[in-house]
Amino acid sequence: MYKISITRLVFTVLGAIVLLFILAPLLGMFLQTEFPQLIETARDDKVAESIRLTLITSALGTLFFAILGIPLAYLLARKNFPLKRIVLGIIDLPVVIPHTAAGIAILGFISRGTPVGQAASSLGLNLVGHPIGIALAMAFVSIPFLINSARDGFENVPVRLEQAAMNLGASPVRVFFTVSLPLAWRHIVSGMILMFARGMSEFGAVIIVAYHPMIAPVMIYERFGTYGLEYARPAAVLFILVSLVFFIILRMLSGKNHAKTRKYT
Amino acid sequence: MLKLENIHKTFDDFNIQNVNLSVDEGDYYVILGKSGTGKTLILEMIAGLLLPDKGQIWLNKKDITNAKVKDRNVGLVFQDYAIFPHKSVFKNIAYPVKGKKQLKERVSSLAKQTGVEHLLHRFPSTLSGGEVQRTVLARTLAAEPKVLLLDEPLTSLDVQFKKELQGLLRELNRQGKTIVHVTHDYEEALSLANKVAVMHEGKVVQQGKVNEVFRNPANKFIADFVGIRNFFNARVLSSSNSTHKVARINDKVSVAFLNQTVNGEECIITIDARHVILSPHKLDSTALNNYKGEVLDVIPSVNGLEVIIDIGVEIAAIITSASYQRFQLDKGKEVWVSFKASAVKVGGIS
Repeated sequence: MYKISITRLVFTVLGAIVLLFILAPLLGMFLQTEFPQLIETARDDKVAESIRLTLITSALGTLFFAILGIPLAYLLARKNFPLKRIVLGIIDLPVVIPHTAAGIAILGFISRGTPVGQAASSLGLNLVGHPIGIALAMAFVSIPFLINSARDGFENVPVRLEQAAMNLGASPVRVFFTVSLPLAWRHIVSGMILMFARGMSEFGAVIIVAYHPMIAPVMIYERFGTYGLEYARPAAVLFILVSLVFFIILRMLSGKNHAKTRKYT
Repeated sequence: MLKLENIHKTFDDFNIQNVNLSVDEGDYYVILGKSGTGKTLILEMIAGLLLPDKGQIWLNKKDITNAKVKDRNVGLVFQDYAIFPHKSVFKNIAYPVKGKKQLKERVSSLAKQTGVEHLLHRFPSTLSGGEVQRTVLARTLAAEPKVLLLDEPLTSLDVQFKKELQGLLRELNRQGKTIVHVTHDYEEALSLANKVAVMHEGKVVQQGKVNEVFRNPANKFIADFVGIRNFFNARVLSSSNSTHKVARINDKVSVAFLNQTVNGEECIITIDARHVILSPHKLDSTALNNYKGEVLDVIPSVNGLEVIIDIGVEIAAIITSASYQRFQLDKGKEVWVSFKASAVKVGGIS
């Protein structure tokens, strides 16, 4: 007969409560939503358009800032420089700022009177109320996830391998693209998925920068405010389902990468 | 061709002081020293991974002291190999090869030379330590370095791989590759090097041709470190015996040893003093080497007593003080000396 320790039993029960706390509201929401309602909501152009906009803005923001942020993550992982701790603190700042406040800051940054706003309007763009403005708001609150994860990835690449590549005559750029980047890739992809997910779910910062065009979280909020819970729920379920499908696909893709790297390291 | 002049480097709790080394084209140069004496740091400075505080490094009369790592053209094989884990053996070896032309031929000829041609499609995690070592060696050779720098290349290999790799390194050197090899094992120095530098606490305490350094240790430290009492220049006799060979020391004493690779007829013979047996009568044993001699001296040593016996040449045996008392091995006493052919190590002088 198995002897179960009391501690383990207590820990398991406590853990089960946490899992239930996460799953119960979600399951409740799914169970209360009927399939025909879901189909009807999915056929609503406004809903479909807002979900599409959410996915696209978050994805493009993530890709754009990945190009800017990955080299920074590499520098942070490899080099020591004055005020490095302050730079690290700045990167974590968006996580601790209330998101509506972040939205106010972004709005102030991109509105017409500012240099950024003026530069945009000289190209015929008004960033406020524009998908680009939305992407910027999303990226502002979610970029720490990408940079921190990429930095972890680069820190895990042994310096020896980079030294060996240099010793073999490779330039720093070649070392980065053939050794550092491929070996940190798993962390980078996982950081990009996190940033993408976090950007998609952003509400506070985005609603201040752009109520319209409407991203999914704003659309759900508007339905709730205007028509109530019954009307907002199917939209929320639909958004969650679409998000889940995306994350499962992305995780599977990065998981494949994961398995490959682990096998060969 | 490779020269280190007055190299100094200070660390928190360790200093490299005034290191001067001179490696000639075609040398097999072994830097010998215990761990923590700064041998690896010397290699890293030659490769440019570490910059000296003072001093110059010259390669082919060019000052490379502050040259970029990628421009130095010295091939460093790290002790921990640093194989690229995300690349196949083929891609590892192909990494430094410039131009796509004849890439395949070049990689396969290097792989053939180092004995990894059957592994080209494999990934590092599926290789043994010896196979990784060979892949990294092939990769380093692919960069066509002017000097090959090896950091403890044989230390973590088992006996079989060790012998094979020694043979490979000797062959590379014979083809003209200049090699600087760092190790703590004097037997490696003996069997591979033509020149040796002994390092101790960040300084080079002696350097020169292998037989000079080993025969005439500059001080007690080197003598203890190299650990060899019985060190002889000898000549291998041509012999039809397939089980063992015979060498003559000073044309006086013949020593039987097991078949080993010897560079030419001249060789260095060493016999570990711990494996030399003394007895009052001739032993009827499996040992092939038996001599009658006279005790010349008895010296206390770290591991017991060192007895020096004249058997035509002077040979040392390490014994316990209990044995000393039991057999009363005082000066002038007649004694039989024996050791097995397998206790004789042979190195080449090239």
